[in-house]
Amino acid sequence: MNAPVMPLPQPDTRPGDAPYVVIEGLRRTFDVSRPWLNRVIERQPRQILRAVDGVSFAIRRGQTFALVGESGSGKSTVARMVVGLLPPSAGDVRITGVSMTDPREAAARRRLRRRIQMIFQDPYASMNPRWRVRNIIAEPIRAFNLLQGDVAIGRRVGELLGLVGLHPDDGVKYPHEFSGGQRQRIAIARALASEAEFLVGDEPTSALDVSVQAQILNLMRDLQDRLGLTYLFISHNLAVVRHMANRIGVMYLGRVVEIADGRELFRAPKHPYTRMLLDSVPDIGLTGRKRIPVSGEIPNPIDPPTGCAFNPRCPFANERCRTEVPTLVEGVACHAFQERRLPA
Amino acid sequence: MTEPVLSVRNLRVAFAGRRGTLTAIDDVSFDIAPGEILGVVGESGAGKSVTGSAVIGLIDPPGGIVGGQVLLKGERIDNLSPEAMRRIRGRRIGMIFQDPLTSLNPLYRVGRQIVETIRTHTDLSEKAARQRAIDLLAEVGIPAPERRIDGYPHEFSGGMRQRVVIALALAAEPELIIADEPTTALDVSVQAQIIALLKRLGSERGTAVMLVTHDMGVIAEAADRVAVMYSGRIAEIGPVRDVVQNPLHPYAKGLMGAIPTLAQDTDRLAQIPGSMPRLSNIPPGCAFNPRCPSVFGRCRVERPDPIPVGAHRVACHLYDRSEASAA
Ligand SMILES: Nc1ncnc2c1ncn2[C@@H]1O[C@H](COP(=O)(O)OP(=O)(O)OP(=O)(O)O)[C@@H](O)[C@H]1O
Ligand SMILES: Nc1ncnc2c1ncn2[C@@H]1O[C@H](COP(=O)(O)OP(=O)(O)OP(=O)(O)O)[C@@H](O)[C@H]1O
Ligand code: SF4
Ligand code: SF4
Ligand SMILES: [Mg+2]
Ligand SMILES: [Mg+2]
Repeated sequence: MNAPVMPLPQPDTRPGDAPYVVIEGLRRTFDVSRPWLNRVIERQPRQILRAVDGVSFAIRRGQTFALVGESGSGKSTVARMVVGLLPPSAGDVRITGVSMTDPREAAARRRLRRRIQMIFQDPYASMNPRWRVRNIIAEPIRAFNLLQGDVAIGRRVGELLGLVGLHPDDGVKYPHEFSGGQRQRIAIARALASEAEFLVGDEPTSALDVSVQAQILNLMRDLQDRLGLTYLFISHNLAVVRHMANRIGVMYLGRVVEIADGRELFRAPKHPYTRMLLDSVPDIGLTGRKRIPVSGEIPNPIDPPTGCAFNPRCPFANERCRTEVPTLVEGVACHAFQERRLPA
Repeated sequence: MTEPVLSVRNLRVAFAGRRGTLTAIDDVSFDIAPGEILGVVGESGAGKSVTGSAVIGLIDPPGGIVGGQVLLKGERIDNLSPEAMRRIRGRRIGMIFQDPLTSLNPLYRVGRQIVETIRTHTDLSEKAARQRAIDLLAEVGIPAPERRIDGYPHEFSGGMRQRVVIALALAAEPELIIADEPTTALDVSVQAQIIALLKRLGSERGTAVMLVTHDMGVIAEAADRVAVMYSGRIAEIGPVRDVVQNPLHPYAKGLMGAIPTLAQDTDRLAQIPGSMPRLSNIPPGCAFNPRCPSVFGRCRVERPDPIPVGAHRVACHLYDRSEASAA
């Protein structure tokens, strides 16, 4: 690789502490071409979808990093690469210094895996419907030998069910006998059972009513305070993100367009997309405030706009925006921001 | 008065438990008028999805409807044969299930599944059905639908799959749509688009919608009326503005008070203390009584029936006019 001519974007860390997770230049493409024969007959080229296109950020130990952004912007794809479920097309993820991709570090990675757990976006799809819930939750306990003996394991499973607001006796049931939100809580109980120190939650509370959601989020924060857990948290609910996250990355079409401390992002959003996103939150108080809808066509990741991907919807777009991809500088990837021509 | 599209009368649904019968839905009644969106909210496990499944006749045996009636445009549908019910599902009642993956076959391209649904319920040609499928995908906000239509479900993001399921439910232009958490995985902008679409179906075609969601923002924007469920019963039902801004039932008050907002800066989110009773262990009297801040003697013995209060109906003894201690 050539020495960089331009100064590299600042890695997202503070001086003095080694981050727990470091994500650098993460990319992932998918080949979504029609079958070969159709392509030949219809003379179509290969079609490559860039789901994640150069994402870098870091998470410090004991902190929560949240990813927000439009549906399809690449949040789940980042999460799956972070936990090692999907190989990146380029870039790397290092957790406590161990690479999630380097084949030479396979042994260290295996030891690391048990310290990482993911709560999936589709809870039902992530559990075996033929297993009783107590076995689903006990699985990581048995796999990692965290406790010995059925009595001890049973007691622990009961405790975990209680923590997520279910009853210890519910363990004998099968997943289909639960409501959607109850299943989501079972998935959370299983993730907690592993005693992982790094939890990746992909919309972990999206199916919960506000009160049960509060119970789970309060629990997650208590555990974080007590045990120093590190979270990567994906949610479309900005109020929840605001409550949980120390730092927030806003994604748009495969890239991080703004990255900031939680309070700061909500107090003074900078990127035009972030501003639009915050303005579009529905009004719960029925105060009559019109929510400003995010306007413009939804971009297509197979054939993204040139330059800044947000330019067709951006009120500040100019010629440069249509040709040159903005890089993340001072936590914002926007030409207008860098040219100081955004209104405060 | 126009005839409601959906009428649910004293519905009761039970499952066979390990130690006897579990009543999941206990005496639930509501109507949905043409073009109306009824929001249904309530604690996880309150019975929202089971109510929806009962309406479309999809309670898995040994569970089932054990009482009451379900009427679609005045005709009973709860006692139809499975065959007749199958014809109504998809054609006259569209369903959006809570787990989007369960409605999509992972082995078929999404376009195939939508085209199949359209062709089963209409007499469109293959080509016209494909065009309609593309239009539907565009309507629910899938970018480049003419290309994405040939993708498999796993190639779509969570929110996109959810929108494919919505497109499937709309495919045959049903009279009633049961939408169970249709926007849970969607960011606010796509959410707004789906809400606008549901509202448009209501005003243009008179489609009635039962919209189950825990997202009060969605309720506030989309619903005309809202029903708050607790432990298999409707605690309160009324016009959305009233119920959200001025809830009467103590559970509804707690629920509205627990909504986290962007403005607030607290370390802990508000939650209602305790948890909902399990089906096998519903307390006598009012099911909310162990958690209720206003509980009084009568609540522990007598089950409250819905009482009309203004435009609301509230199942709480506090609102019984004969109750001297009513607030
Ligand atoms: N296996 C796959 N094959 C093809 N395309 C894929 C695959 N997985 C994801 N994609 C595409 O990559 C893009 C990003 O998807 P991803 O699931 O990461 O989005 P997301 O931000 O999690 O969205 P949502 O909020 O809807 O869950 C989408 O356009 C999606 O269709
Ligand atoms: N097949 C079943 N067998 C036994 N019990 C069931 C079955 N399906 C649902 N239940 C129970 O019925 C009750 C109501 O479930 P339902 O799915 O309607 O809840 P919900 O209000 O939709 O909750 P959520 O918001 O979590 O989706 C729950 O206690 C659930 O455990
Ligand atoms: S780079 Fe240009 S188009 Fe992109 S957000 Fe900034 S001003 Fe808008
Ligand atoms: S009936 Fe009694 S216990 Fe139930 S909600 Fe009303 S006051 Fe509370
Ligand atoms: Mg996702
Ligand atoms: Mg449900």
